[in-house]
Amino acid sequence: MEQALVIAAHGSHLNAESSTPTFSHADTIRATGAFSEVRESFWKEEPHFREALRTVDADEVYLVPLFISEGYFTEQVIPREFRLDEWDPELWGSDGTSADVATLTADDTGQTVHYCGPVGTHDSMSDVIVQRAKSVTDDPDVGEGFGLAVVGHGTERNENSAKAIEYHADRIAEMDRFDEVKALFMDEDPEVDDVTDFFESDDVVVVPLFIADGYHTQEDIPEDMGLCEDYRDGWGVPETVDGHDIWYAGAVGTEPLMADVVLERAADAGADVRAAIEQVRGESGAGSAAGD
Amino acid sequence: MDEDPVDALVATAPDGIDFDGLSVEAGEDGYAFETPDEAASGLDEAALRDAAAADPYVENWYFWHAVAPQTDARWAFLRWLEGAEELAVPERYDALADGLATEWGQLQITVSLHDAGRRYDLRHVDDSETPAADLAAHEDPLDARDLAKHDDDGDYRPLKTAPSLQTGWQFPDLAAADLVEAVHTLYPATVQNWHREREGELDVDHWHETVSRQTGIYGVVRTWDRGEGYEHVNWVAEACCDDSQCLKRREWQYDEETELDVDGGDGTFPCREPCSLVVAAARQWTKLEGEQAQTYEFELTPSEKEQVEAIIDAVADGRADGIREADVYDGANRYRTRFLRAKLFDDEGNLAGVETDD
Repeated sequence: MEQALVIAAHGSHLNAESSTPTFSHADTIRATGAFSEVRESFWKEEPHFREALRTVDADEVYLVPLFISEGYFTEQVIPREFRLDEWDPELWGSDGTSADVATLTADDTGQTVHYCGPVGTHDSMSDVIVQRAKSVTDDPDVGEGFGLAVVGHGTERNENSAKAIEYHADRIAEMDRFDEVKALFMDEDPEVDDVTDFFESDDVVVVPLFIADGYHTQEDIPEDMGLCEDYRDGWGVPETVDGHDIWYAGAVGTEPLMADVVLERAADAGADVRAAIEQVRGESGAGSAAGD
Repeated sequence: MDEDPVDALVATAPDGIDFDGLSVEAGEDGYAFETPDEAASGLDEAALRDAAAADPYVENWYFWHAVAPQTDARWAFLRWLEGAEELAVPERYDALADGLATEWGQLQITVSLHDAGRRYDLRHVDDSETPAADLAAHEDPLDARDLAKHDDDGDYRPLKTAPSLQTGWQFPDLAAADLVEAVHTLYPATVQNWHREREGELDVDHWHETVSRQTGIYGVVRTWDRGEGYEHVNWVAEACCDDSQCLKRREWQYDEETELDVDGGDGTFPCREPCSLVVAAARQWTKLEGEQAQTYEFELTPSEKEQVEAIIDAVADGRADGIREADVYDGANRYRTRFLRAKLFDDEGNLAGVETDD
């Protein structure tokens, strides 16, 4: 039976580049040929969540949210807008970072939808954060002598937002790759504004856990950290702040390896995409998936 | 797809064929092959091959069963593009030899028949007469994603079906499946919803249902919808859904029983529910419309009153940018407007020095 992939992303009414990472990861996955169709869908753009499934011919669909945390969007908005009427958050049985998959029937099209947890809470997201650090330092061995800050939005609307950040910071700390790893936030303690207070390392890589570059990652965070007075002036990579070299990576979601996380979500839901995963990891410089 | 149409016909003949004037039946004495132009029966396989060779009815059957996408909406759309339900094969093939053009929103789709079979040309309707050399040629239907993003001024288009599609591009030689993909990319889901409507199965979600399911920051829109009238929804539809703003034909109403008083437009493809832009704008209007009206006193000359009206009209109709620099006879002209501001605003930007009451 043909299998299709639908990626659900936020999109924007105002920012033309919000959809760019979604298109880019979809293209990477299309090129593997693992799915008969790969469709992008958006909350604020078109194809809208409401009408994405009717444009998909396959009877079996893997639906992967390109969102960072579990919560409002993944548990309410996406299931409602895709008309997954049987949905109940209990079907994921998640503690906030452990969503897996629920298989449901779309009410308007009758398609079987394997509704996956968001990319942001998948274990392989830790690899993407590390890959982002490699990319921004242009050093495949980056780690020793470096601190790593994983930056999230914080708890403004959703307590799981902080959980996802801390989850990956803890996992990366356990890798013993970086001298120090911290989870920092935009609107709660510990705050990214004081980034240099939290690190002894001279060099600190800062990776914001956001899907797309936009206001937060390109204006707010750089100014708050003191990389620049005004975001329009730009900043160096690295930029010296309080005697530390800050390697600011921009949104993690723009890293090509994100396509792998989308595929991992589909694989966990039963899609036959192992060869595609190997291909994407090879192309994006991450090497083979370890142990699974 | 690379199979020979005659081979395909012979392979299918035992099951019988009846399509667009072509009939093939398997009987005890051999095959019967019939089109409006010829009829033969008692054919063995070799004779069937001879009868079918180079027959446009056979080629037509093959295209629609082995080349064209087979899902209902895509198939029906491609059939509609060449008037397949109205034109018999010979007339249709004559027309396709010259190229048959159809408009879909701001798109012009031209299907034509070459040695390579049916090919599709896709471009902006305003470029219908533009020489190919002056258009940027594309092959990959996904290129349409970039074309859909910005208008001719380079401004971002948050609404794909806004009548602001950029010009200057062409997909000169698309295969059938890629044509539908490109159309989907420029006007997502329009083919599917058009097809559902033709089949009498369009699932319309009216304003009230759509607003009722909103949550989070959009949940506030429910408070604007008190079930005591729908004038506010008329204003929303007039503001956002007019043909000058969106090429979809609005089929949603206030609710199942209550039609809106404004026109839904003449678009080819339907709009089945208030879109995310309408909901986001309605959130802002919900907040603004919660305010109580106040009485302000201003003194304006009759011409100044008319000028305020002209400025509102020019902005609402997207005309402000097009008013000529020195056209001081237009109330919305920049110099005229700057003069009005210089005369009537105080240092805090208050009109006629009258402060806004909270």
